[in-house]
Amino acid sequence: MTAKIAYDDVEVGTELPAQTFPVTRETLVRYAGASGDFNPIHWNEKFAKEVGLPDVIAHGMFTMAEAVRVVTDWTGDPGAVVEYGVRFTKPVVVPNDDKGALIEVSGKVAAKLDDNTVRVDLTATSGGQKVLGMSRAVVRLA
Amino acid sequence: MALDQSFVGRTYPPTAPYEVGREKIREFADAVGEANPAFTDPEAAKAFGYSDVIAPPTFVFSITFRAAGQVIEDPQLGLDYSRVVHGDQKFAYSRPVRAGDRLTVTSTIEAIKSLAGNDILDIRGEVHDEAGEHVVTAWTKLVARAAEEA
Repeated sequence: MTAKIAYDDVEVGTELPAQTFPVTRETLVRYAGASGDFNPIHWNEKFAKEVGLPDVIAHGMFTMAEAVRVVTDWTGDPGAVVEYGVRFTKPVVVPNDDKGALIEVSGKVAAKLDDNTVRVDLTATSGGQKVLGMSRAVVRLA
Repeated sequence: MALDQSFVGRTYPPTAPYEVGREKIREFADAVGEANPAFTDPEAAKAFGYSDVIAPPTFVFSITFRAAGQVIEDPQLGLDYSRVVHGDQKFAYSRPVRAGDRLTVTSTIEAIKSLAGNDILDIRGEVHDEAGEHVVTAWTKLVARAAEEA
C-alpha cells in the first residue's frame, strides 16, 4: 500500500477534501498530556486572561497537527509528508462551554515538484479568523 | 533588551537519546484525533512499507522543543521566556519518526533579530537516529514580545 493519490492525477489547483476539527477544553487537556506542553494558557482561564488573552487558547502545535490531516487523509500514507511549515497568526480561542471552537481547514495543490511531490497550500480558520499563515506541506504521491 | 548577536551560529551539545514508544505514539495520535492505523497497528504500518508504527508529522516537536530548552534557558542568552510566543514552525523529513527510534537532537541558533522591541529567535533542531542518520529537521521561531512600558 502506498499513497492512494497518483501524481499524474493531480494538477495545480486540485482541491483537497476540506475538514472541520472541533476543539474543546477536554481536547486541550488531552493534547497537553500527550505532547507534554502544560503551559497554563491552554487550560487555565484565569491565567490566560491575566496575560492578556481573551480566554484559554489552543496549542498552536495542536492546530498544526490538525491542519496536516487534510493532507495525510487525502494521500492515505501519513509518512509521505516531506516538508510542513506554518506561521501562527491568530490564536484559536476555546470557550468553556459544550461547543468549544472549530478549526476549518482546506487545501489545494499549489505546485507540482520533482520526484512525485506536490506542494499543498492550506488555509485554517477559526471563528472567521485565519489562524495559520504560510501553511504549506510538500507531500510525495504515488 | 536586545539579545546578543554573537549567539548566532551557536550549536548546543546533542541531547541524550529519546526512545520513541508505540504507546506514546498511540496517545499522541488519539489526542489529535488521528485514526490512520499506520500510527497504531504495526501490521498496517508494514503494509505502507514501515518497519513499525510511525508517528504523526508533528509528534517530533515535543522532542525538539524540549531540546530547544537548552537555548531558551541558557542564562547567558537571557531570553525572557514568560514573554515568548511561538511564531513559526517548520519540519523537513528524511523519513517519518517510528516506534523504536532513539533520537538525539542538536540545536543551533540560526538567527537573532530585534523588531519593534521584540526579540525574534530562530532555532534549528537536527534530529538523528541511533545510526547517525538524519530523520527530520525542525525550525522553530520564537518571539519574545517587548516588555510593556512601566
